[in-house]
Amino acid sequence: MLLISCPWCGPRDEAEFHYGGQAHVPYPEEPAALTDEEWARYLFFRDNPKGPFAERWSHAAGCRRWFNAVRDTATNEILAVYKAGEPRPKTLEPRPVTAQPRSVQPAGPAFEDEARSVPIGGAGAEPPARLGSQPHRLVTGGRIDRDEPLAFTLDGTQYQGYRGDTLASALLANGVIAAATSIKFGRPRGIFSAGVEEPNAVVQIEAPFPEPMLPATTVELYDGLVASSLPGQGRLATEPDPARYDAVHAHCDLLVVGAGPAGLAAAAAAARSGARVILADDQPELGGSLLGTGEHLDWVAGTRARLEAAPEVRVLRRTSVFGHYDDNHLLAVERRTSHLGAQAPADVSRERVWRIRARRVVLATGAHERSLAFGDNDRPGVMLASSARTYLHRYAVLPGRHAVVFTTNDSAYAAALDLAAAGVDIAAIVDTRPEPGEWAERARSAGIEVLAGHAVTGTEGEARLTAVAVAPHGESAGQREFAVDLLLVAGGWNPVAHLFSQAGGKLRHDEALGAFVPDDCRQAVEVAGSANGAFDLSAVLAEGAAAGARAVEAEGYTADAPALPAVAAQPHTPPMQVFTVPTSTGAPRFVDLQRDVTVDDLARATGAGLRSVEHTKRYTTAGTGGDQGRTGGVLASGVVGELLGVDISALGLPTFRPPYTPVSFATLAGRDRGALHDPIRTTALHGRHVEHGAVFENVGQWKRPWYYPRDGEDMETAVLRECRAAREGVAFMDASTLGKIDVQGPDAAVLLDRLYTNMMSTLKVGMIRYGVMCRPDGMVFDDGTVIRLAPDRFLVTTTTGNAAAVLDWMEEWLQTEWPELKVHCTSVTEQWATVALVGPRSRAVLGSLAPELAVGNDDFPFMAWRETTVAGVDARVCRISFSGELAYEINVSPWDALALWEALYEAGAPYGITPYGTETMHVLRAEKGYPIVGQDTDGTVTPQDLGMSWAVSKKKPDFIGKRSYARADTVRPDRKHLVGLLPEDPAAFLPEGTHLVADSELPAPPVPMLGHVTSSYRSAALGRTFALALVKGGRDRIGERLYAPVGDRLLPVTVASPVLYDPEGARRDG
Amino acid sequence: MADTALTARQRSPLADAAHRLAAATRSSGGAIRLAELPFLAQVNVRLDAKSPAADAVGLALGIQLPLEPNTVVHAGEVTAVWLGPDEWLVVGRPGTQRDLESRIRAAAGDEPVSVVDVSAQRTTLLVAGRRARDLLAHGCALDLHPRAFGPGRCAQTTLARTQVVLVARDEARAGFWVLVRSSFAGYLTDWLLDAAVEYR
Repeated sequence: MLLISCPWCGPRDEAEFHYGGQAHVPYPEEPAALTDEEWARYLFFRDNPKGPFAERWSHAAGCRRWFNAVRDTATNEILAVYKAGEPRPKTLEPRPVTAQPRSVQPAGPAFEDEARSVPIGGAGAEPPARLGSQPHRLVTGGRIDRDEPLAFTLDGTQYQGYRGDTLASALLANGVIAAATSIKFGRPRGIFSAGVEEPNAVVQIEAPFPEPMLPATTVELYDGLVASSLPGQGRLATEPDPARYDAVHAHCDLLVVGAGPAGLAAAAAAARSGARVILADDQPELGGSLLGTGEHLDWVAGTRARLEAAPEVRVLRRTSVFGHYDDNHLLAVERRTSHLGAQAPADVSRERVWRIRARRVVLATGAHERSLAFGDNDRPGVMLASSARTYLHRYAVLPGRHAVVFTTNDSAYAAALDLAAAGVDIAAIVDTRPEPGEWAERARSAGIEVLAGHAVTGTEGEARLTAVAVAPHGESAGQREFAVDLLLVAGGWNPVAHLFSQAGGKLRHDEALGAFVPDDCRQAVEVAGSANGAFDLSAVLAEGAAAGARAVEAEGYTADAPALPAVAAQPHTPPMQVFTVPTSTGAPRFVDLQRDVTVDDLARATGAGLRSVEHTKRYTTAGTGGDQGRTGGVLASGVVGELLGVDISALGLPTFRPPYTPVSFATLAGRDRGALHDPIRTTALHGRHVEHGAVFENVGQWKRPWYYPRDGEDMETAVLRECRAAREGVAFMDASTLGKIDVQGPDAAVLLDRLYTNMMSTLKVGMIRYGVMCRPDGMVFDDGTVIRLAPDRFLVTTTTGNAAAVLDWMEEWLQTEWPELKVHCTSVTEQWATVALVGPRSRAVLGSLAPELAVGNDDFPFMAWRETTVAGVDARVCRISFSGELAYEINVSPWDALALWEALYEAGAPYGITPYGTETMHVLRAEKGYPIVGQDTDGTVTPQDLGMSWAVSKKKPDFIGKRSYARADTVRPDRKHLVGLLPEDPAAFLPEGTHLVADSELPAPPVPMLGHVTSSYRSAALGRTFALALVKGGRDRIGERLYAPVGDRLLPVTVASPVLYDPEGARRDG
Repeated sequence: MADTALTARQRSPLADAAHRLAAATRSSGGAIRLAELPFLAQVNVRLDAKSPAADAVGLALGIQLPLEPNTVVHAGEVTAVWLGPDEWLVVGRPGTQRDLESRIRAAAGDEPVSVVDVSAQRTTLLVAGRRARDLLAHGCALDLHPRAFGPGRCAQTTLARTQVVLVARDEARAGFWVLVRSSFAGYLTDWLLDAAVEYR
């Protein structure tokens, strides 16, 4: 959502504005002097440059002022705004590009004694104690609450976990690693990760409410959870979701995304500055990666307490920021009650969308570990090394008993050492690097075999991994085999740069890191920590604190130096960039586990000539699953690079698009569903119509009575009855929805003369005139009546659906073209309630309620208005008719509308007064050939086409549309004219939209079309069906027979004048 | 002018919703206060802010028409709300619209002004209570933090899916006026009551 600065109101959401096309295209001073080509150039041709473009905008939902903006059409940046009438600014600077600060990498191995950071539950030489019912759970440690056991069911089997578990961690605690089989090949798969990047363990939640396709690693466990593992697509619920969903708008100086070490440090630096800070994290607990490594949790707790105590800091847990849009508008989804299962309170929204507008953003989104492509790398038991460490520290779960660790970098060693200390037998660490450095020494001294310069070449096992084959990297000879149930893979780290990329940021490939890291961005966003390629904890913390401080200081606040934990320097040996490991057996090497895409699939793509990762992605579907290729995306680029013999840095990554994580439609819909889906506009009489049993029709957002069926009546019967009452007795309808605009000022008549095709300045005070409004191209835009209230004041009515558009139209011309006119337009649509009183007995009914009003035809002629009281209510009564009958429109305050309606009902009762709806109104007007703009017109119809040349002034020097009536196109004899149609079978009904053809048999296609039916009804007055149609040269065809294809028949119809009822107008005066 | 007997028959747009608004107010325990302020006099005034009419009208009403965008000026029983650089909404006690209109017209004299009674065009919802800002933030994209939208601020903007004039009243505890087109008032009330469920 762009933020557009109204020159008056300041920055507002784009949604408050209307676009008005190219600016500085003045209305020609003398349209009549232009050639057709020059006029057409004004009407139809606009510039379409790449780059800065001056445009008109209207602050439509605000101050309603038109202004100009210069927008760069390539970047969508608004470079300048200025008031209408001001010249375009000369020099415009695009927004500066801010480069991300580069992370400082450790220069080399640091040699310090490494103190084990945390005691691990059950650690030591002793075999770890485990809980009986959860054989893989340690008795102590972790962030779970052992006092709150939770029962859950997966695929029909009952298990137990604890509060604080995810579904995945609880399953692992129970010794269950299997996920559903894979989507394409049906291969066994297992839990692969511990977070949002999970490709395998996707489940369908069954109870309390069905929800498809959730990674088990992100589902917080609750009591009574019922799930089934899901191969492929999920299943939506068949009944409506009973939960509430909502949205909140939030504003802040600084939004920090991610509450790991970098995000916490950033928020802490800003917390006490007075700046408004939002910290959002997708986990139930703050700490990020520290929860998984178990380090510095006391600092996490202290920082959390300080943030919660800071008055202007808002901490959002369980909140995934999923979209980063223009002008630092970010969307996040907060899961508020999902983790409570059936205990979720009904009055709290289940999920909430946060619409956050941030002055500055710090993205501390961390990094995801990636996999490697080796033979049979997909068996259950293959897991990311850091994830296994997370299961240990956060959930006190050992995901296996015997493990091989396969790595290309240092980070897996800490995982191996921690797991070994917790009791997992680490059979070997297989490191592709020939010289793995200091970490390997540590592992060896802990008694773990390190195979330097080796790689895993294959695996064995069905339901679960049983063995791993290892060989020197790049060779197949010298193979060794290890019998293990767990293979921990560490193929390097992918900074989570999705949001940065969505924000328009560019990524660059960092050779030393072997990763794509943020480069530069036009938005006020900074990336800190692992997301920026910093993988050393002390660097991560320092980057976070610095980014938070820079952000608030840029907003004029003074930042704190936050307390950061003392982090022991760690040894560092550069990682090795490895994507694939050769296989001699031809075993599949998976790149994208969720989509079942292998190295061979990518080889087929490059073999087919595809050279871009965008193309290989679409060809193979790699990266298109629900996990969006988090573990496989960079791997896929790396594999394609190897296949093409080019460096990955030259290939890049496919584009990241929102949402970062799947968001359900119910969440996005929020409160806007059911009765609140779209605003319902009602008149002051709506309740009365409901009591009358009206059936309603939607007209724009209005609810209008369509017809009022009596007991047992269908629509056709009810409408015929209502029509008869209006033609033979008296009937009344609520016409309050018509748009009304008060036009006031010394130049009011000048304005209306320019906007309407007919002359309004000659209208006398006290009288009314029908008017047509056209676009400059001469096509009908709206119609209505104009009432002259005073020499300098008119009341204009518009069609119901066009009220806002007509007012905008008037304001646009006044503000941008004719600012010299002294006239103002004010909407008064709801200031007046209008009741149409129609029929030969209407005069009698009105007369009985308006004793002060002389209702005789001479005293109160057609197209006059009077102020009087009707039923004791101040009223403006207009003698206008949309039916051809004697009729009045009675305008009163809507506060009095019910009183008026009831009085009319009572006074009309002796005459059988009948309420009627829009359908009857339509029939009555169609019988008289009165068009409805938008139904009988479609933006290609001139007043002349409608047979209303009488409403187009010949005297006025100019008005909007006039020049177009001299264009060749508008004087063609074969233009479509509005005509009446009478089916030869008086009972045959032509559906609206029916085409019209010349012959009784269809010729071979293409069949020449002569026109189409725009309105079609059954007429009580005519005793037959009839229609209105736009027909080529229609007025010259009156009396001709045409054919209307309806179903498989061609119905003969006769072209007629559009005025089918009372063509003499004898009924108008009663 | 309507006599008192007639006024008794008059119905405001949210007359039927009064009990629901009151129930939501009661059950929120002070967190949210919702009520219709019916029949307020509202007069739309348009004139050139630089013309003598601006000062003359201000004098006649006893308030200076606000010239700073998105602010209100309040004096006695009259509030002037900035709607645009040449447009204001003058709000007064119920029943005073004709008096306001004629005072403004008389003050403007021969200057070209537009004065329109729009008392029934919009109705006014009071949204107050300590969670009033939170409630409005469910559907209003503006920054309602007291630093950005404190007493004396106003805005024409969108609330839920309808346009409103939002006025922050003089005291923070007095909450907000939400002026909404009468035809949308029922929708907006349903929406507010639904959003208020959480604050019960």
